[in-house]
Amino acid sequence: MTVKEAVPVLSVRDLTVEFVTRRATLRALDRVSFDVARGEVLGVVGESGAGKSVTGSAIIGLIDPPGRIAGGEVLLSGARIDDLPQEAMRKVRGKRIGMIFQDPLTSLNPLYRISEQLIETIRVHTDLDAAQARARAIALLDEVGIPAPERRIDSYPHEFSGGMRQRVVIALALCAEPEFIIADEPTTALDVSVQAQIIALIKRLCKERGTSVMLVTHDMGVIAETADRVAVMYAGRIAEIGPVREVVKQPLHPYAKGLMGAIPSLEGEAKRLVQIPGTMPRLSAIPPGCAFNPRCSQAFSRCHVERPELIAVGDRKVACHLYDESNAEIAA
Amino acid sequence: MLAYILRSLMQGIIVMLAVAFIAFSMFRFVGDPVVNMLGQEATLQDRAELTERLGLNDPVPLQFARFVADAAQGDFGISYRQGRKVSSLILERLPATVELAVLSAIFAFVTGIALGVYAAIRRDGWIANLVMALSLIGVSLPTFLIGIGLIYIFAVELRWLPSFGRGDTVALGWWTTGLLTTSGLKSLVMPVLTLGFLQLTLIMRLVRSEMLEVMRADFIRFARARGIPERRIEFRHALRNTLIPVITIAGVQLGGVVAFAIVTETVFQWPGLGALFVNAVQFVDVPVMSAYLLFVAFVFVLTSLIVDLVYIGLDPRLRTGNPAMAK
Ligand SMILES: Nc1ncnc2c1ncn2[C@@H]1O[C@H](COP(=O)(O)OP(=O)(O)OP(=O)(O)O)[C@@H](O)[C@H]1O
Ligand code: SF4
Ligand SMILES: [Mg+2]
Repeated sequence: MTVKEAVPVLSVRDLTVEFVTRRATLRALDRVSFDVARGEVLGVVGESGAGKSVTGSAIIGLIDPPGRIAGGEVLLSGARIDDLPQEAMRKVRGKRIGMIFQDPLTSLNPLYRISEQLIETIRVHTDLDAAQARARAIALLDEVGIPAPERRIDSYPHEFSGGMRQRVVIALALCAEPEFIIADEPTTALDVSVQAQIIALIKRLCKERGTSVMLVTHDMGVIAETADRVAVMYAGRIAEIGPVREVVKQPLHPYAKGLMGAIPSLEGEAKRLVQIPGTMPRLSAIPPGCAFNPRCSQAFSRCHVERPELIAVGDRKVACHLYDESNAEIAA
Repeated sequence: MLAYILRSLMQGIIVMLAVAFIAFSMFRFVGDPVVNMLGQEATLQDRAELTERLGLNDPVPLQFARFVADAAQGDFGISYRQGRKVSSLILERLPATVELAVLSAIFAFVTGIALGVYAAIRRDGWIANLVMALSLIGVSLPTFLIGIGLIYIFAVELRWLPSFGRGDTVALGWWTTGLLTTSGLKSLVMPVLTLGFLQLTLIMRLVRSEMLEVMRADFIRFARARGIPERRIEFRHALRNTLIPVITIAGVQLGGVVAFAIVTETVFQWPGLGALFVNAVQFVDVPVMSAYLLFVAFVFVLTSLIVDLVYIGLDPRLRTGNPAMAK
């Protein structure tokens, strides 16, 4: 393995995002760190409001105005991108990092043909002329599974079904061959019957190109089938991150245990559905120490005063005091 | 799409018929046409004859049908006061009002959209804030005050512009235009500013709020995520989406320009239809009043038809029957 290959495509270091409002400064992400290796699919899970979408927005530098990156860094193939000037960052977006949003019905501009939106994106990022860009757009539509692409390319978004539109969105995200794709709940808004196809498509296209993916989803089944590694987020922090088989089958973090309890096991026997009591705290009321402590059945005194950092346990990392060596006697 | 156009046409016709009925009723309820035409001293026999000749003894629906048929052919009867055909009075005054209204509409639309887009893009800049503050004044200041203010500054104090009338006009067939002479153009400046100002401020505020709304849309976010340059996002992706609702509302507003022209024409003694109408009201000249009413309604209906067509041009979702239409 050469040194270059060892550099992760994406490396997020202590990323902190704050929303400054008149009343308070809300910390939506609090020192989030993770890596995504070349060609790897990182699944990101966690309940609503955990900070999954904010993480994606922060990586591509598109956090909505009252919000800002308050600390940490984002490295793309080893080079920092979070401090790039606007114009340089714009050239990273679409060109080096692609993005797929949740709702294909609203992701496309209703007033322009698919061809116009594809060719526009291709020409913004490459030197191709209009005819070459069109040929490339047609090839892309073919690749994402749009039938008769040379004819359908001149259709308007409303002339496609939801699933087809999401294929167009995927083509748009891939059209400059980015090295990293963020897919934020790419199937949530779609009909159940096409969800699996879309996930399979993203996986296949990225595998062929060696593109890394950050896949945000609420569907544990999708994570188990698609992701190489998975990050469990809670209240703007990473609770546990590691290889998907380990984290899904034997979660270590008490919150991850509760979350994974909801998936039927691969052996077919229905696992007991573990309900986590309570709800995730609002950003304005995150307790000191471990953010999960009010809901944690294993919480002990240290959890109320000291925030657990990510600790390596085998191939994974867990943010829980139970796995700190110095607490070994309590954990046992 | 055809059905859509037909439906707007039908709506227009219904509106015109309703207004025609009101215009028609004026003859019966505002004064007595026979007395109006013959004066108080006419004999009973003269009156009976005229009543018969005017068809006033026929059933009301028949009279209305005749009124509509005549109006559709441009026959609005004879002015009580001037004794001339109402249609020729209107044609005489039409160019003055049309030139004033169209120029005001263009001024309001172009400036309103430009300032609105600017205020939306530079939402936090001080110029944008100043423009927004000034527009509030524009919304709240009555038209005649603006007109009088302009006259005071540019006609009385600076003596740059004439304070009343159309200046020299050139006849092109039956159309008289003020656009071809310096004094005609100078005379247009203040009335156009006065008449267009209110619509300008309304359009500007509308464009700004619609554009800010559109800039929050998912497809704008996605365009940014695709690395499209910000200028292109603003002027290509956002502007066109902004214009759809703006054109619907602003189109109706512009119909209102003609109605508001009454005040402006009075302030500047502009020899247009508004002034004709004000005169007619003073003398209870019912045929002129009813013709003016029909004219204003017609302008509204026409603008809304044009708006519908522009709308179809801008929004592909309305152009069904597209060959590439998906099942
Ligand atoms: N513009 C904003 N202003 C204030 N707070 C915000 C803003 N955007 C996001 N947040 C806050 O940041 C936190 C994380 O939001 P985020 O959208 O990342 O959640 P998520 O994990 O993607 O949830 P979901 O599963 O519902 O998509 C939430 O508590 C949210 O309230
Ligand atoms: S740190 Fe304490 S409160 Fe937090 S998850 Fe671990 S045991 Fe529970
Ligand atoms: Mg989200």
